[in-house]
Amino acid sequence: MSDNSDKLIRMAGQMADFFRSQPDRPAPEAVAEHINDSWTYRMRRDLIERIEAGAEADPIVRAAVAHIELPPKA
Amino acid sequence: MKDFIIPDRDMGTPPVKSDVTVNLTVDGIAVAVPAGTSVMRAAAVAGISVPKLCATDHVSAFGSCRLCVVAIEGMRGAPASCTTPVAEGMVVHTQTEDIARIRKGVMELYISDHPLDCLTCAANGDCELQDMAGAVGLREVRFDPGANHFMQREAGAPNPEYRPKDQSNPYFTFDPAKCIVCSRCVRACEEVQGTFALTIEGRGFDSRVSAGMDSDNFLSSDCVSCGACVQVCPTATLIENKVIDIGTPEHIVKTTCAYCGVGCSFDAHMRGEEVVRMVPSKDGKANRGHSCVKGRFAWGYATHQDRQTRPMIRENITDPWRVVGWDEALDFAASRLRAAQRDHGVDAIGVITSSRCTNEETYLVQKLTRAVFGNNNTDTCARVCHSPTGYGLKTTFGTSAGTHDFDSVDDTDLALIIGANPTDGHPVFASRLRKRLRQGAGLIVLDPREIDLLKTPHMGQGLHLPLRPGTNVAVLTAIAHVIVAEKLYDEDFIRKRCDWDEFAAYSEFLLDPRHSPEEVEKLSRVPADLIRQAARAYAAAPRASIYYGLGVTEHSQGSTTVMAIANLAMMTGNIGVPGTGVNPLRGQNNVQGSCDMGSFPHEYPGYRHVSDPEARAIYERAWGVSLREEPGLRIPNMFDEALAGRFRGLYCQGEDIVQSDPDTKHVTSALSAMDIVIVHDLFLNETSNYAHVFLPGSSFLEKDGTFTNAERRINMVRRAMTPKNGYEDWQITQMLANRMGAGWDYTHPREIMAEIALTTPSFSGVTYDLLDREGSVQWPCNEAAPLGTPVMHIDGFVRGKGRFIHTEYVATEERSGARFPLLLTTGRILSQYNVGAQTRRTDNTVWHPEDVLEIHPSDAENRGIRDGDWVRVASRSGETTLRATITERVAPGVVYTTFHHPATQANVVTTDNSDWATNCPEFKVTAVQVSPSNGPSDWQEEYRSHSELARRILPTAAE
Repeated sequence: MSDNSDKLIRMAGQMADFFRSQPDRPAPEAVAEHINDSWTYRMRRDLIERIEAGAEADPIVRAAVAHIELPPKA
Repeated sequence: MKDFIIPDRDMGTPPVKSDVTVNLTVDGIAVAVPAGTSVMRAAAVAGISVPKLCATDHVSAFGSCRLCVVAIEGMRGAPASCTTPVAEGMVVHTQTEDIARIRKGVMELYISDHPLDCLTCAANGDCELQDMAGAVGLREVRFDPGANHFMQREAGAPNPEYRPKDQSNPYFTFDPAKCIVCSRCVRACEEVQGTFALTIEGRGFDSRVSAGMDSDNFLSSDCVSCGACVQVCPTATLIENKVIDIGTPEHIVKTTCAYCGVGCSFDAHMRGEEVVRMVPSKDGKANRGHSCVKGRFAWGYATHQDRQTRPMIRENITDPWRVVGWDEALDFAASRLRAAQRDHGVDAIGVITSSRCTNEETYLVQKLTRAVFGNNNTDTCARVCHSPTGYGLKTTFGTSAGTHDFDSVDDTDLALIIGANPTDGHPVFASRLRKRLRQGAGLIVLDPREIDLLKTPHMGQGLHLPLRPGTNVAVLTAIAHVIVAEKLYDEDFIRKRCDWDEFAAYSEFLLDPRHSPEEVEKLSRVPADLIRQAARAYAAAPRASIYYGLGVTEHSQGSTTVMAIANLAMMTGNIGVPGTGVNPLRGQNNVQGSCDMGSFPHEYPGYRHVSDPEARAIYERAWGVSLREEPGLRIPNMFDEALAGRFRGLYCQGEDIVQSDPDTKHVTSALSAMDIVIVHDLFLNETSNYAHVFLPGSSFLEKDGTFTNAERRINMVRRAMTPKNGYEDWQITQMLANRMGAGWDYTHPREIMAEIALTTPSFSGVTYDLLDREGSVQWPCNEAAPLGTPVMHIDGFVRGKGRFIHTEYVATEERSGARFPLLLTTGRILSQYNVGAQTRRTDNTVWHPEDVLEIHPSDAENRGIRDGDWVRVASRSGETTLRATITERVAPGVVYTTFHHPATQANVVTTDNSDWATNCPEFKVTAVQVSPSNGPSDWQEEYRSHSELARRILPTAAE
């Protein structure tokens, strides 16, 4: 069983697989929007941390990280 | 509420649709009816009952009993009113001396071959033969006893014409001695159900109703136990065993079936607080008087001995259960939930709402999470079935729901059925579709398995595209390729209702050779020619409809498939008129409703995102708390977070996630890692093995509320008896919420619906008064549509322009290889429902006592497997054992099973793959290996012993 963060990378990769063929907008933005719409902040943070730590991921997912929203720091 | 409602009057023959009105007089009363109406129905419209035996408005007229003869001026003789159509200016007399004499003579003949044991007969007081004898004034039978069908012995010798009762069906009895051979049952089996299981064998005096061949009884025949024959039988020949046991009912409560997403309306025939029988309502707009074996007969689980009616708690899941009072159970639950939040943060707890519970109950459970827990960790079992439908249809059309009502099937010229098995999963819809198919509508089936719909008797050509599991997107895209390549699309519709440039871009995408039928044949194993035929047939039909099921959604590309379906409907203009549309067949009774009610972690009721400040403000005002803008956890995320130690508490209402969710080991380890699991259910289900609190639930017969079916129809559920557990489910949720500081004071579900209407635009017109008055309404129901909306997107899509989404096929990661060379797919069977918690506790088990594995003869032979052998099914997640059935219904390389029985644990094998957009699990594709086996796997043994330990209940002191 892969650990949780790997699963997040896999899920984001599946989104990239879908959005890369959509013509209307850049795929990284679309992936980020989908993540913003459906993931908790914690899941988003875990994904970002994992990618920043150098985990392998689809280039679209890497590029999406810049568009993923996090709550304003208190 | 204990209404007494007079059952719908039988008008004798079915209604006729016509633009032409015909005027006539019946016994001096002027009446106007549509052309083609029978004289009998015209008389009924005028308020006059013509005596009848073989006629009923459930089936077309037959004209065999001769009791309904009338006199018509200018016509010779005495025509049968059931088979004579009305004519302009016709003058009908239903009572003349001649007619009275004929009727009396007919009745005498009937009665001469009928036992006169009326006082002890099960149909006493509810017998049309009895009524008609009265109506024609029969006072004597002049014939001497002679050859007959009802006496067991005659003159000391066995009567050769006598046949004993057939009691093989667990729910009804067939007593040939009481049969008058009116053939209503045979016609109902053909016309209403479409099974053709019954026939009349022999001629003249030898005529008898027969199920199947001579050697068959009702159980061994093709009979599917829908109950249509029992419903139309005018005597005690076909009668419910419950009526035989109990007697005739004394009042009726109108309610809604709690099984599949068709949402049939039922009349619960009651005696006191006991159900005598459930009869499908003729005025039910989803089912039009029809039912299946589940809704009609399989409701005994509500009083099954396994039903738990008292709350229970335990410190650890390894302890036995301790029966406690409601206060203690709720205090224990509330304090543990709060402790989990104190120690692990606000987000450490959540809920799972149920697609089996009412809208009002579901609304309260999600409100509990958002307003009382203070997070958005609410999800519903729709996650694991139709979440891609919500996402896909909202993206393309603008609404997370099907487009049409079930009546629309009467107008369709071709039905494309994708990943659904309606005769088993949605039987009443299947019967309505079959009726249309017999009238000549076309049929295309996209399914790995040869489903029974393809065997509809007297049907034209049906096309079957037996695709390899996991290739839906490829095949649907290839169909679109053909439609575009051959210019079969509806340009006017696209230009008017969609964006032409967007369609042009999609066309360009589609025309790439990788989407051609020849290329897709290599992936899907569907012959290219079949794909072309399907595309041409779908595009050519004047009104083509699409119905789909979980074979579409439960894939890694579930959402993409839904959008591919929407694209097909848009490019061919099959939206907005009756007989067309895109219609998801929802698995459970209230899947639609549970999604509508804001069960998803990212959406409030009415599908408004939690980050939308306007929607949030509405609920912050209504609930008087501040709400979070961050989406909560979906079910699979809850499990992942639990294993990470961060999600510690779950309130699970009316769902059995251990059995119904994929990758069982993952689910059970997640539950085992939590501090507090609350199961709210009728039974100690599989999930309760991992629970600390058990809250006993109420059945659908014991509560008020509403269910919303697959056609967005909001149906009333009415309380027919006192809850055995003491409370309706919404009350239990309210008690738990109030122990956590909610301060709720609802006194009836109608108040909850009022809050839903107040806060949800698409429900703003819904009230219990309206539902009582109209029977049901389909949302949107608001100022613009005060009586609801049967067909959506008539003049424009809800989102404005319909949107074409590109549908690139992406192979699932779950592929067959050397270790796991076969693909396992799963489905349902008619007599069982979902995890079987209800149907396994009824006599439906006579049809399906265990799950079996369907395997193709060549795959079986390669593995040395014979029919009925125990086999081991292993995937990368786990393994289980069950018996094999060898059949060509599945293609080589594909195996199939159901998931109705906990002992099988089919979901030990399924994986954690899921839909890219919604995390709906990929139940329909698992790479497996199958091999001969000696018996249950280690996991099954281990699970069984844990299950026995976990279900121990300490004896209470008082007993």
